[in-house]
Amino acid sequence: MTSAISVTDLTKVYGERSALSHATFEVPLGTVCGFVGPNGSGKTTTIRMLLGLITPTGGTGTVLGESILHPERYLPKVGAMIEGPAFYPGLSGAENLKVLASLGGFPSARVATLLEKVGLADRGGSKYKTYSLGMKQRLGIAAALLPNPKLLVLDEPTNGLDPSGIQEVRNLIKDLASEGTSVFVSSHLLSELEMIAESLVMLREGKVLFAGRTQDLLAAQLATLVAEPEFSVDLNKLVDIAIRHGHEASVEAGTVHIVADAEWGATFNRLAFNAGITLSALTATQATLEETFFEMTGE
Amino acid sequence: MFNVMRAELRKLRRPTLLVSTILVVAALTALFTSIVYLRANSGQGNGQRGEIISPAILSQAAGLVYGFKIVSFFLGITALCVFASQTAQEYTLGTLRNLLVRQPSRMKILSGKYLSMVIFAIALVTIDAIVAISVSYGLAPHAKVTTTAWFTSAALSLLGRTFVNVLLTTIAFGTFGMILGLLFRSPISAISTGVIWSLILETILAGVVSSTQKWLPGQNFDNIAQGGSLTVSYKWSMGISAAYLVVGFTIVALLFKRRDVAN
Ligand SMILES: Nc1ncnc2c1ncn2[C@@H]1O[C@H](COP(=O)(O)OP(=O)(O)OP(=O)(O)O)[C@@H](O)[C@H]1O
Ligand SMILES: [Mg+2]
Repeated sequence: MTSAISVTDLTKVYGERSALSHATFEVPLGTVCGFVGPNGSGKTTTIRMLLGLITPTGGTGTVLGESILHPERYLPKVGAMIEGPAFYPGLSGAENLKVLASLGGFPSARVATLLEKVGLADRGGSKYKTYSLGMKQRLGIAAALLPNPKLLVLDEPTNGLDPSGIQEVRNLIKDLASEGTSVFVSSHLLSELEMIAESLVMLREGKVLFAGRTQDLLAAQLATLVAEPEFSVDLNKLVDIAIRHGHEASVEAGTVHIVADAEWGATFNRLAFNAGITLSALTATQATLEETFFEMTGE
Repeated sequence: MFNVMRAELRKLRRPTLLVSTILVVAALTALFTSIVYLRANSGQGNGQRGEIISPAILSQAAGLVYGFKIVSFFLGITALCVFASQTAQEYTLGTLRNLLVRQPSRMKILSGKYLSMVIFAIALVTIDAIVAISVSYGLAPHAKVTTTAWFTSAALSLLGRTFVNVLLTTIAFGTFGMILGLLFRSPISAISTGVIWSLILETILAGVVSSTQKWLPGQNFDNIAQGGSLTVSYKWSMGISAAYLVVGFTIVALLFKRRDVAN
């Protein structure tokens, strides 16, 4: 077994509409994999199929080496939060976790440790219905950690969390990954994913647009050089120089944007100098995941 | 299955549900039993459906269990509501997905829930028995009822039989509630359908066309607790109740097993 999750041609059709269509991807064992896509692109549908909640219309898949047709073989080692937290409003946070602990046959002694871990230690006794959005989300994460999972599946775990909560989740995921837990996490916070996800699966309208290493996705995107001349009259001259040397270029907000790698920066600087233009700034930028996402999903 | 049962009992144990149910059951049992005894010498209706239950009747062995079984229908409705809501709320709260991730076998979830329902029903019937018998014994002197016949072995075996019958009635209504809960997937629809059907429609139907009584589920469930009536026998009620519930439960169990959990 080398992959935590592996699906081939996975498909789910609701009536006329395909929520997921022939998805094929793999999540390597022991890594953090980000799962991204616009609203309604099929992320939650995929996650539900991986957890045995809905039956695929077609295709196959394995989780921790076992077929998704037999969720009972792998779910004891999987922690999950699907589409936000869902608990019994009349029970306290701690009791809610104990219900799930009884169900999975886990020691209820873990409940206190987990509440501590997600920062709910002093509110574990309060009723769930009195929790704030972020507290509910934290309880959902605690529930996902109940089994000491080998694979953690999180559907938008940072929804509703404050900045420090977001950071805590990021650190939690990093810690778990360093202990060898595989994490499959869907999120709309692309800058967060960029920091933690070694690999990515990107969906649009139920189809996989990209599945592979984050690094490869970003590297495939063209880098940009941003140059600022000392005198703005030279802007168009700089554009001409770049185009003459085979690089797309344009003027944007008093700077010249050139589609080129960082390495070409030195050459460009020399060319500008030879043309009698002094650059007051020259920076190379790599596309962020967010820009790449917009580029690819056409959103 | 036992893990599921333990988890379910944790939910049922929550004070607001448990305490209020116990208090209501105890209060109603006490109320109806008191009426039987306090009006025993009035010559007016003091029993079910305006029957006259005289002190002479109450002084027999059956007097021990009269108050106990008088609230069976109400215990049934309580079980129906509690279990319609316990099953349907998993859908409306979205908690079913958590349950199924921790216990993927849907049949184990269902049987664990069923077991917890049976335990809850046993608790309801036990409270009913204790309260009814205590009130009966306490009010017997006032109603000029002699209780010597209550302590014979015949009375005790009648008590045992009545306990089982009232329990069967409560479980039958509880099962009906679970069926409705799984079918409607919403506590409000399930409870209102169950209550309106059993409490109102059936009563009207049975009143207007008495021959329907034999076929109405709720009437038959309750007839088990009464040990049968003059018009419908105990055996018939057992048979028809079991048939309804087995068919109904099989259908919803298959639905539950197959249906996508997409909320
Ligand atoms: N039970 C259902 N019945 C019919 N259609 C459904 C059902 N569940 C999901 N869909 C459809 O499947 C598509 C994918 O939905 P899904 O919830 O997987 O998207 P998502 O990527 O998780 O979106 P979001 O980012 O908004 O959470 C949507 O078009 C949705 O309307
Ligand atoms: Mg979603």
